[in-house]
Amino acid sequence: MTATEFALTKSIDARGMACPGPLLALIGAIRQGQVGDTFEVISSDAGSRSDIPAWTQKAKHELVDIVEETGYARFIVRKAR
Amino acid sequence: MPARVIVLGGGVGGTLAANLISKELGAEAKVTVVDATGMHLYQPGFLYVALDQANALWLTRDERTLLRKQVDLIVDQATMIDAVAQTVTLARSGTLSYDYLVLATGSRLDRDAVPGYADTHDFYSLDGALRLREALRRFEGGRILLGVAGIPYKCPPAPVEFVLMAEEYLRKRGVRENSSVTLLSPLNRAFTIESASKLVQPIFDRRGIGLTTFFNVESVDAKARTVTSLEGETAEYDLLILVPPHKGAAVVMDSGLGDAGGWIPTDRNTLAHTAHERIFAIGDATDLPISKSGSTAHFEAPIVASRIASFIRGTAPKAVYGGRVMCFLETGGGRATSLRFDYAHPPVPPQPSRLWHWAKWIFNRAYWVTVPQGRVG
Repeated sequence: MTATEFALTKSIDARGMACPGPLLALIGAIRQGQVGDTFEVISSDAGSRSDIPAWTQKAKHELVDIVEETGYARFIVRKAR
Repeated sequence: MPARVIVLGGGVGGTLAANLISKELGAEAKVTVVDATGMHLYQPGFLYVALDQANALWLTRDERTLLRKQVDLIVDQATMIDAVAQTVTLARSGTLSYDYLVLATGSRLDRDAVPGYADTHDFYSLDGALRLREALRRFEGGRILLGVAGIPYKCPPAPVEFVLMAEEYLRKRGVRENSSVTLLSPLNRAFTIESASKLVQPIFDRRGIGLTTFFNVESVDAKARTVTSLEGETAEYDLLILVPPHKGAAVVMDSGLGDAGGWIPTDRNTLAHTAHERIFAIGDATDLPISKSGSTAHFEAPIVASRIASFIRGTAPKAVYGGRVMCFLETGGGRATSLRFDYAHPPVPPQPSRLWHWAKWIFNRAYWVTVPQGRVG
């Protein structure tokens, strides 16, 4: 599956934004969203590769996809509860 | 006829932008600041007030005294913006027309969004900081928890600074031995920036400060004295300090210019509203996933001022915001570190030292005569 197959509720470009950073931007979006909403966070931070899946699992949301691009990655997460 | 520029909000971003546009364009522009209170608040001082390290008097100034005399100030509440007609309606002073509009409307605290919030404390308003100061003065021991109840929030380092400084405060008061201090972090580490987190974690360990990770505060049970996270965990407290949820300004939401949280869709480089080229946003008001801090507003204001000046003069705007942010992070014991970064350069914080603590102290004290006037950049 690729990102384009999903209707995104919102895309957040957090590239280069070290603080508060991509994961906090995602948590903020999930907090504000409705169950079933799908968010994309674009991150150039290498830490996101482990941080975002770890939080998504802990908070019981769904990591739909990680799309690797040159120099950054797109994380697609659906609010599951 | 001079171009009409309206700036909504007399915080750091609005004040600096208004002064710079006026200075750059002189008689070519009529610059008007609209501010609901007419008082400028230096918000980084709340932390020091709460921890009894400063009194509240130095945190406020009359906004008029910070603006160039050529800049008009209207003390009133903006209630509606019509981006098509290019007008701003005020609660008492009628309707103003603009050629360019700067939204420096900041963020609002939304404490009611957290069930049970009334049993908690915070240092995100002057009243909150004074109330917390009293609670800390009376505190005789127990569990202190600090949690984050909404994202985004102002000044991402503040929770870490608070627990480090609070632990020191309890030691000085002689109540540290029968107390615990724990940071409930929204992330899987103490601080958002990993390199800075690595600097502060050993300090947490050395001073016995607790860290609970992936704990995003959802609700408080005042009767049971427990706080629950959206990840599904619960913790007990004796004194609970929260970073309250934030949202954008009412006038932005009511005018349909913001997203669901009231944050303004903003271009990360031009700082223009993504749907309205004559509207710009600065500081907390934007939807950019970057630090909501005075520093961000401070570095964005000259970009917006320069771009508006170029448009008014009919030249191509050149100034671009590159994501510059600079923050201090107090680590207690009279030491601090600094975080400097932009879109292209991640932060490389130096080891905490007395030098950065004094740099922060001097910046705090010199703020009134430097930042709003554009004397430091």
